[in-house]
Amino acid sequence: MREGRGFKLLRVVVVLALAAFVALPLYVMISSSLKPLQDVQGDFSWWPTHLTVSPFLDMWKTVPLGRYFVNSIIVATIATIFSLIIAIFASYAVSRYRFRGRGAFTTAILSTQMFPGVLFLLPLFMIFSNINTAIGVQLVGTRGGLVLTYLTFSLPFSIWMLSGYFNGIPRELDDAAKVDGCGPLAALFRVVLPAARPGVVAVAIYAFMTSWGEVLFASVMTTDANRTLAVGLRLYSTQTAVYWNQIMAASLAVSVPVVIAFLLLQRSFVAGLTAGAVK
Amino acid sequence: MTANASTARRPRRPTKRRVRQGWWFPYLIILPAIVFELLIHIIPMLTGIWMSFKQLTKFFIANWSAAPDAGLDNYRRVLDMSGSVGMGFRNSLLITCAFTIIVVGLSWALGMLAAVVLQRPFRGRAVVRTLFLVPYALPMYAGIIAWKFMFQKDNGAINHILQSLGILDEGAFWLIGNNAFFALVIVAIWRWWPFAFLMLMAGLQSIPEDVYEAAALDGARPLRQWWSITLPMLRPVNLVLLLNMFLWTFNDFNTPYVLYGTANPPAGDLISFHIYNASFLTWNFGAGSAMSTLLLLMLLALSGMYIVYLNRRSENA
Repeated sequence: MREGRGFKLLRVVVVLALAAFVALPLYVMISSSLKPLQDVQGDFSWWPTHLTVSPFLDMWKTVPLGRYFVNSIIVATIATIFSLIIAIFASYAVSRYRFRGRGAFTTAILSTQMFPGVLFLLPLFMIFSNINTAIGVQLVGTRGGLVLTYLTFSLPFSIWMLSGYFNGIPRELDDAAKVDGCGPLAALFRVVLPAARPGVVAVAIYAFMTSWGEVLFASVMTTDANRTLAVGLRLYSTQTAVYWNQIMAASLAVSVPVVIAFLLLQRSFVAGLTAGAVK
Repeated sequence: MTANASTARRPRRPTKRRVRQGWWFPYLIILPAIVFELLIHIIPMLTGIWMSFKQLTKFFIANWSAAPDAGLDNYRRVLDMSGSVGMGFRNSLLITCAFTIIVVGLSWALGMLAAVVLQRPFRGRAVVRTLFLVPYALPMYAGIIAWKFMFQKDNGAINHILQSLGILDEGAFWLIGNNAFFALVIVAIWRWWPFAFLMLMAGLQSIPEDVYEAAALDGARPLRQWWSITLPMLRPVNLVLLLNMFLWTFNDFNTPYVLYGTANPPAGDLISFHIYNASFLTWNFGAGSAMSTLLLLMLLALSGMYIVYLNRRSENA
């Protein structure tokens, strides 16, 4: 496509319009987090006239944000690690073996992604309670229950994305490793995985983002002690006031690490997505 | 080495170096995935379907396995359009369909526009691309909360902008009343178009440059090139992208939940949210399960038709 003057003009218009759309909430978030409470309660203003960092200090006291942070990090990290391990094995099987039921397996896994969360929220809640009464393992209201739930949320997409990635790695590589005396698992860990590192990273980010941002199950399955950030942020709205400046500050604090990680690794993510989509 | 991919496809006779690996090996390594999917998705789903045939009110919730049979009563109530439960369900479905079509359509269009415009290098492209991806990378609730603040009547940015542009004289309510639907749509598009952009951008990168050059030599204008080259070459990406976006948008719970809290306006009553409220606020778990089951059947039917259609198209191609 040759770029005429018309195209360049179109590009400027599209880029500016979309950038404004994307950046508006980000700007409001940042500027409001630097305003005192009276200013965010009054009429909206673009620029913080009484610039202050106190929302960033107060947000830790209004709500036990630190504890929620720790909970979210623990839950998301453990869920990511397990999800990744499970997805690596499953996608290796899907990519390298033609076994009976392979098609059924991939279809079944992918179709679980269709399930609306509300569909299994209540049954899962009840099954977890029954497990507790039957064998005494507490899952509702613990981090363990949330980890167990979250690790499956990213699985379908991860398996699909990773097997696409593995398909792109020549079989001759693992065949050669097997000739050298490697078993299939050694071939996976020594040859296939290192070659698929960008895909693995992409899947890990995806899994982490999924658990970090989950709201529905977090709001039903947690109690005060193990609440995650997704639920904790709501507590800045009290009967008497909504601390918008602290909400915005806390949202920023919650977002910055994930956004930076994603943006640094976005190339792998894009590559992983295409490998899956194009096959 | 003469062994190539085509011979590797068929299971070979066990040779000495293959002894350690039996036919069960692939089953062994997919086993964890199956176990966890069964525990968290399949078994709860089947339980949910079972529950839709039970009389599951708050009196039986503690001892749910003893709940009395309801037969098809729950389904009758959900599908009875003259009753309040049935009307709520139907309204919610209609709103969800409108929401899904608008959000997926516009997100795809914006993503496509941005991907095409950013296909060739220009100064600042990397910065723009990074900025465009931020809404997707942001934890879902953080972005939605920022919008919730902007949609506040008196201290929000939206009314401020509309008033200073002279579009509105007085601040409007955005999170209650009919405007709530538009608020929901805007937030959902903001959140999802970057994903379309990401996938389409990745797809565009796989189209070789010389195809466009050849078309340009034949005198094809940019719009024609987009229609005859870009669009067909992006088909595999589009198929996956649209199916995923359809499912995510149709099942969207987070956007209304974070935007409105539990007191939702009727105009923004998306189906997942509706089922959640029917189950947890009015303690009507039997009807909630029946709605969930119907929703699942619909999604399965729609996705199934879509996939069959795809397979037929790709066989003809």
